[in-house]
Amino acid sequence: MMFSTARNLRKHGVLGVNERNARLIMKHNPRRLYPRVDNKVITKELALAAGMAVPELYGLIGHQSEVRNLGKVIGERDSFVIKPAHGSGGDGIIVVTGRSARKRDCYRMASGLLITESELQHHTSNVVGGQYSLSGNPDIALIEYCVEFDPVFANVSYQGVPDIRVIVYRGYPIMAMVRLPTRMSNGKANLHKGAVGAGIDMCSGCTLNGVLDNAIVDEHPDTGALIAGLQIPGWNFILQSAARGLEVTGLGYLGVDIVIDRHHGPLILEMNARPGLNIQIANRTGLAGRISRVDELYDAAASPEARAKFARSEFAAATSCA
Amino acid sequence: MTMRYVYLLAALLTAIGVSIFAYKWQVLGFPLTDDQETPVWTVETSVHFDAGPGPIKASLQIPTLTPGFGISEEYSVSRNYGFSVNNVSGGRQAQWTVRRTAGQQTLYYRIVVYEDRDADLSDTTPPFPLPPVIDEPLRTAVDVIVSEVRGHSADAASFTAELLRVVNSPSPGSSVNLLLAEVDTPLEFVKIMTTVLAAARIPARIIRGMELQDRTRRANLIPWLEIHDGVRWRFFNPRNGIENLPDHFLIWCRGDDSLVQVDGGTNVEVRFAVQKNFIDSMAVAEKRARVRQSVLVNFSLSSLPIQTQAVYSILLMIPIGALIMVLMRNLVGIDAFGTFMPVLIALAFRETRLFWGIVLFTLLVALGLSIRFLLERLRLLLVPRLSAVLIVVVLLMLVISIASHKMGMETGLSVALFPMVIIAMTIERMSVVWEERGPADAIRGGTGSLLVAAVAYLAMGMNWLEHIITSFPELLLVVLAIVILLGRYTGYRLSELVRFKALSGE
Repeated sequence: MMFSTARNLRKHGVLGVNERNARLIMKHNPRRLYPRVDNKVITKELALAAGMAVPELYGLIGHQSEVRNLGKVIGERDSFVIKPAHGSGGDGIIVVTGRSARKRDCYRMASGLLITESELQHHTSNVVGGQYSLSGNPDIALIEYCVEFDPVFANVSYQGVPDIRVIVYRGYPIMAMVRLPTRMSNGKANLHKGAVGAGIDMCSGCTLNGVLDNAIVDEHPDTGALIAGLQIPGWNFILQSAARGLEVTGLGYLGVDIVIDRHHGPLILEMNARPGLNIQIANRTGLAGRISRVDELYDAAASPEARAKFARSEFAAATSCA
Repeated sequence: MTMRYVYLLAALLTAIGVSIFAYKWQVLGFPLTDDQETPVWTVETSVHFDAGPGPIKASLQIPTLTPGFGISEEYSVSRNYGFSVNNVSGGRQAQWTVRRTAGQQTLYYRIVVYEDRDADLSDTTPPFPLPPVIDEPLRTAVDVIVSEVRGHSADAASFTAELLRVVNSPSPGSSVNLLLAEVDTPLEFVKIMTTVLAAARIPARIIRGMELQDRTRRANLIPWLEIHDGVRWRFFNPRNGIENLPDHFLIWCRGDDSLVQVDGGTNVEVRFAVQKNFIDSMAVAEKRARVRQSVLVNFSLSSLPIQTQAVYSILLMIPIGALIMVLMRNLVGIDAFGTFMPVLIALAFRETRLFWGIVLFTLLVALGLSIRFLLERLRLLLVPRLSAVLIVVVLLMLVISIASHKMGMETGLSVALFPMVIIAMTIERMSVVWEERGPADAIRGGTGSLLVAAVAYLAMGMNWLEHIITSFPELLLVVLAIVILLGRYTGYRLSELVRFKALSGE
């Protein structure tokens, strides 16, 4: 039983954690390049330098003594995001979408709950103290533009910002999904917190069926809207930006997280040197087959545009919405 | 390419580990289980005599070469006497000396021997004996017997067997009767046999020894016949000519020199008492290895002071815990806090035992977590908060110990053995996970840690395994090889079979 399951998974090209770590990450992601993606400040600088669109940075807080300047960094803005530079899995991110009408120093979070400025300062101080960084070392808090997401996903997300994750192997986008926040995920676009993941047809940029906790769902659990068949705007640009992730980071196995802003279009949110494997469930397809296809046809000289084109022609879903 | 190096390294490590293990097990006789015991015999020789007026010098023949037995230890008990062991022509000799003493004297010599089938059998090859000078009429009798036996035999061994058959025959011929006319004791019988064998130019000598039994108050030395066939020494039963040595026959001395000689004493008497005991096989194996001057034993754990040995007997089990950790993480796919936290918890379980260990650990973490949540409201900075949690953990341990002691449960005292820093970190990590990912994830991680700790404890607590690892630490090389191989395992984890089940097309 166990072995037959393993054999079937192997047949369907499903990538396991051990294989991902040993074959992909260790081979294609040299350790010295990790700071480029683990530190969001560096990622942002590199992406900007490469001409990619990123959310505007309002300010950095890198020291406990600067925490009280938080109000100054925020200024008169009504919406912003505080996140740790070394965070992982969306931990330690606070999304503020507005202010209390009565009290200016009381902010409203994406969840609708109010949070005072001193609470925000405590959170920032925790971030700077390293509570959310992987190693526990002192960290930097980023205060940046809060994405106003594109109405395309308005019906299929509960609070929070839905984001698009593209897996890029040796510069070729090979698989993508959109992560839709739910009430259960507390507005966070993280699958293991209960967000819905939906695969994306690489050719057309249309969403496929959604997956919630390994089970297939057709409708968003909170809004009831159909998940499949949504056309993602600017898909070609998204694929090209993701493909450019190789040039920016030098990492051969990369997850690129992109949000679509109502005003600014697709923005690179962050990149990940150890992208998770749930994307296979969301797409109901294994990664291994696509990886070997890229290895077969790899062209070191191909431009990001050519690689995006390759992805659209090679990895079309069987049941395309186009 | 890398894979080949990995396999090569793993194979090399396994080969080294297994071959050292096999050598120690098979050749040096290290026991595989710790309840294995080896019989040893203590032979106590007591020499009694009445002291004369002058200085006294007592010599006793003691075992030198003992085929089938290894000598574990020997010592003498004799007050006021000077004691020395000398090598003389017939073998070793114990010698007691005293200038002046009076009354009845008793000197003790004790030797402890263990069975060792490989014990040194080598002995010098003797020269061919000169024809003995024998007076008539015995000379004629010897000549007759030698020529008769020679006709019926082919070599030294068959000559000896035939000779002994002839002299022991129920209806001996006249020359045999003549030969044995003066023989009273078995010793004299064997002695006359060596004379006949010498006349046939066969090197032969008397050996005297005893059969070691469970317990003998008065053991006697039995004379036996030993001849050299040109290649090796062979043993013959002088009573029937059968070539053998009795079971558990300890050869005490060789030659016909008298067993004991006391200058300046009278009424000399020697007694032997044998007592069989069982001692730890490990001690015997180490003794044996030391006799062979094996380097392996000089570098073994037992060469360390006892206290350090106790520390290492625990430390050497940590690799087993690490192996369990690797298996649970990379093969099964269980979530746990910290890489080696469960192993350290498992070490603490050694003292508390599993049930109480889990109870105490859960209690400690649960209490710590609730206090951690209270601390959260104070909005402390990270390091002071961690320190506060640590202090709270220490206080909680104290409270649990005192409370359980008052209630008469001594197991609660062992809570102090938990690695508190590890527990403080666990509480901190757990509370962060709790806040960020919800109680379900936090409790799953905590349960996973506890599960791995329990499995690691069970594996590390197996007595036979602990014995094997402490007596054969080289097997850790095999563990290392397994861990290295698992480091290149790219198959699925057990948990992934469930996680990706939807993709398997079943």
